Amino acid sequence: MDTNTQNRRSGMPMAVRLALIFIALFVLFALFGQWLSPHEFRATSLFDRLKPPVGFGGTWEYPLGTDARGRDLLVRLAVGAQITLIVAVVGTLIGAVLGSLLGILAAARRGFAETLVVGAVDVQASLPIIVVALFVLAMFDSSFTLFLLLIGLSGWEVYARLMRGAVLTAKEQGYVTAVRALGASPYRIYLRHILPNVISVGLVQFTVNLPLTVLLETALSFLGLGVQSPLTSLGQIMSEGRDRLLTSWWLTLFPGVIIFLLALSISLVGDWVRDKFDPTLRTEN
Amino acid sequence: MSRTSDIPVLTVRDLTIALPSGADRDFAVTDIDLTIAPGQTLCLVGESGSGKSVVAQAVMGMLAPVLRVQSGEIALQGVSNPPQRSPEYNKLRGPQVAMVFQDAISSLNPIQRVGHQLEEILQVHGVPRQQCRGRVMEMLAAVMLPDPQRAYRSYPHEMSGGQAQRIVIAGALLLNPSLLIADEPTTALDVTTQAEILELIEKLKVQFNTSVLFITHDFGVVADIADQVVVMKDGQIVEAGSAPDVLQNPQHEYTKRLLAASDLQGNRPVQLHAEPIFEARDLSLTYTRGMFFNRTQVPAVRNVSLSLVKGQTLAVVGESGSGKSSLSKCLLRLQDVDSGQVLFKGQDITRRSGAELQAFRAKVQVVLQDPFGALDPRFKTIDAIAEGLIIHGVPKVEAHARALEMLQLVGLKPQAADRYPQEFSGGQRQRICIARALVLQPEVLIADEAVSALDVSIQVQVLELFADLQKRLGFSMVFITHDLHVAAAISDQVLVMQHGRVVEQGPTVEVFANPAEDYTRALLESAPGQKRGRVA
Amino acid sequence: MIGFIFSKVARAVITLLVTVTLVFIFIRFSGDPAAALAPPDAPQEVIDQYRRALGLDQPFWVQYTGYLNRLAHGDFGYSIHSGRPSLQIFLDRLPATLRLGGIALVISLVAGLGLGAVAALNRGRPVDRAVMGFSVFAFAMPNFLFGLVVILTGSLMFQVYLGGQGASGSIFGVVAPALTLGLASMGSYARFTRSSLLETINKPFMLAAEARGIPYKRRLLRHALPNAAIPLVTLVGLSLGSLIAGSVVTEQVFAWPGVGQLLVRSVATRDIATVQFLVLAIAATMVIANLIVDLLYLVIDPRIRAR
Repeated sequence: MDTNTQNRRSGMPMAVRLALIFIALFVLFALFGQWLSPHEFRATSLFDRLKPPVGFGGTWEYPLGTDARGRDLLVRLAVGAQITLIVAVVGTLIGAVLGSLLGILAAARRGFAETLVVGAVDVQASLPIIVVALFVLAMFDSSFTLFLLLIGLSGWEVYARLMRGAVLTAKEQGYVTAVRALGASPYRIYLRHILPNVISVGLVQFTVNLPLTVLLETALSFLGLGVQSPLTSLGQIMSEGRDRLLTSWWLTLFPGVIIFLLALSISLVGDWVRDKFDPTLRTEN
Repeated sequence: MSRTSDIPVLTVRDLTIALPSGADRDFAVTDIDLTIAPGQTLCLVGESGSGKSVVAQAVMGMLAPVLRVQSGEIALQGVSNPPQRSPEYNKLRGPQVAMVFQDAISSLNPIQRVGHQLEEILQVHGVPRQQCRGRVMEMLAAVMLPDPQRAYRSYPHEMSGGQAQRIVIAGALLLNPSLLIADEPTTALDVTTQAEILELIEKLKVQFNTSVLFITHDFGVVADIADQVVVMKDGQIVEAGSAPDVLQNPQHEYTKRLLAASDLQGNRPVQLHAEPIFEARDLSLTYTRGMFFNRTQVPAVRNVSLSLVKGQTLAVVGESGSGKSSLSKCLLRLQDVDSGQVLFKGQDITRRSGAELQAFRAKVQVVLQDPFGALDPRFKTIDAIAEGLIIHGVPKVEAHARALEMLQLVGLKPQAADRYPQEFSGGQRQRICIARALVLQPEVLIADEAVSALDVSIQVQVLELFADLQKRLGFSMVFITHDLHVAAAISDQVLVMQHGRVVEQGPTVEVFANPAEDYTRALLESAPGQKRGRVA
Repeated sequence: MIGFIFSKVARAVITLLVTVTLVFIFIRFSGDPAAALAPPDAPQEVIDQYRRALGLDQPFWVQYTGYLNRLAHGDFGYSIHSGRPSLQIFLDRLPATLRLGGIALVISLVAGLGLGAVAALNRGRPVDRAVMGFSVFAFAMPNFLFGLVVILTGSLMFQVYLGGQGASGSIFGVVAPALTLGLASMGSYARFTRSSLLETINKPFMLAAEARGIPYKRRLLRHALPNAAIPLVTLVGLSLGSLIAGSVVTEQVFAWPGVGQLLVRSVATRDIATVQFLVLAIAATMVIANLIVDLLYLVIDPRIRAR
């Protein structure tokens, strides 16, 4: 058994290592990538429109080429990565906190509160979040805050359902009965015993949800309904380059591949985390 | 079909099976020798981890791929068996050797009618389709199911554990095998059902002229059915012989210990001066199940009264569903009762709250059944034990010192203090739970099936610990159990429950010797080990 | 069992009613439709006239019941731009979306189940690892990127332009967007089938079936697969949502003249009546689909029937 746990601890699969390296590079690029280029991300240059990247007839002036308004793609990708990262992390956090609190509340209080939360979960589950987002964006002027809130709404119902289940299970555990018999207050039981034991469920779901949020943000921005110019995100850059797919492929493929690799890396790490945290959900057994 | 020849039905010679590297020992079983003559029952006795089920799997040819036969031979009817898991083995399973498992319901396909599952066994062994239904119906009648037609059409989840076990036995005997392997087939059942199933196996063994390899941890069962006994421990045979020999004159220490656990007589003298410390009067509790349309009222406890004498132990005995666990929740005030009173030292505590309830909590403690769920996996041993003291306002340093003292009192080393529950065995965990309950110096301890999840020899140790601590610390105890042997071993008084009601109560010695009620008598007679009179 | 059906139907109806109410509240409080409809420089009297015409001067409750009443009579409003009924516009677009979604569902189900079963039966071998790798790939691949790559490959290597309306007639023109749409579901079906099958294979009744001498293939086909497939029904019901969400993007990428494209276009042009109707239609589809899934369990799982 000792050798087994040893293996599991040190044996991080190569794919997960690569994924972690990519995530680290992506974060570094999002934070500091703007200094790789002398240009400003909104600065247009009429003489340098649609320059191809280096290696495809371009120059080191614009290593990844330029867009239809002569803006440097490298610096735009860095800013876009930053916005995508912020939206993904903040959005996922909003959903995680909101959903978890509601789920815990439902399981702790039972009764009417539980009925309300379960009903709200049903309603949310009957509409894909992208449709809700489109509906809201049709009526309100798109602003970055509104967009962030909408993204935050995505997936809350999953946290609510999972946390409710986890708390209900934890409440049935013998240690809760035993600690109640010792005279522990409900406050102590929840803070010291139940929550520490269910928090891993939320953490695991966070890693599962994060790539979904990345994909949702980029999809909405790609449709022109998310992040709006002059601000930019990876999806927004793709949406601008879409009509020039056949002639200026770099405008769509570079941001697209980054999005894909980011989502892939996070899900690889997420799967690995899930396997470690929650043996019942293990995929490899 | 005549099986009068002298060829043994099963021969296992020098069987050694290797465990994968990294396991806690090198071999699952070592040098196992077994011989079962036609028509005989061999009981393979051992606790979890003894390797008894590995032997059964090997005979079935179903050894898990990670387990490797190192040496030895298995032969059915004198013919050596094909390699493990080879397709030829399928032809032996059914006509030559068949097996029934502990949990009968889950050993049936949940989405197929049981009749069809039984017919399938005949079909895959080449019985013509038109004969299948008739033979299945005959078999269902042979296992004495009250309504074979209905049983045929049932799904597994519609049956009780006992009915499902009858179905599984019917399936095993359909092709008239020469050997039936039964792996703890009655362990999951209530005592009365257990007795019925044992009787059925005995009857069918004669009717179908089958030999039986019966795997169990319970010497009571051995006394009822065995011709031969083999006792296993840690993968090795420690004792073997004919049933009367082993039961009357056990040689090995381990066998003696297991045998002692199947004693069914009260051993504590009746005391006359009785000062009650903990009482219940007319307790009733009804649960409401379901929502809106299928809401039903389930009475769990009905007018139960009991009285616990200071310094004594009261055993509450009942089968599953008798309401004994609901009763323990009411006694602990973890569940509000519908009516009735719980009196601690003459004070009614059923309506108490706040500081008064806290004071009661410090004086009445609990030890629960499942030692795996009863400890918070994120609390170190020392913190788990000290928690009660801290809740009741003892400073942390002192609480830890007293917890450490308690830890040693329950027989654990001080090094255990900084470990987490996952690092302990079931028996050790239960010791931690006992320490957690006793560190508050309670006057009453309620043990709710506190040894049921443990192996027999561990059970004996934990029961001894309870008795020893009771002598030293002087607390009184309510011991809730389904196991009559446990009740006999630990209690002064006994209370028998059925369907939420008290059937009978009195001094253990008297109730066990002369039960006044039919139900108590039935329970005692069904307890394994009673059929052939007392052993040893 | 009747209690089970009743509670499921009641839950579906309530869910739908709550959705309708939320949609109404949102529309009502999102701004003044009269001001939006009136000419930009209209004086207050004109706006008030519009308000009366639209019934906006009525109390909230009257407006709400009026709204429900109109929905009940099949009056879902009119597009601001074309003036045609939203229902009619939707019905014009529906066949294209059904064709795309149907093919995507079939492709992803067949391939997902197959891949998952193959992976489970070859657990730990390279095939298994490849299938699991594919499922992660399919999960992480944004459908807009996959769609664009397919279009790019099609035009560079086969000289077929898949992004135009004209392409929807050819076989390749349907398969490419359907594959794009179904990719994510395919991955999750494969993954789920694999784990469900592995779980079932290790159930005690599978061991018991082996002990009864039932051959390997039969154990697998007659006992393991039917049991493993039960939870998949729920997954298919749930993945309808991702199929609908995916079709919004996929139809946009491939210029597919379906409901998804209509939704994006209506949002962009602020055609509230149409957007509102589409949201209700999608909610109704999902609720009904999940209701069907729940009731399907009655047919396939005897354990539910007993309740």
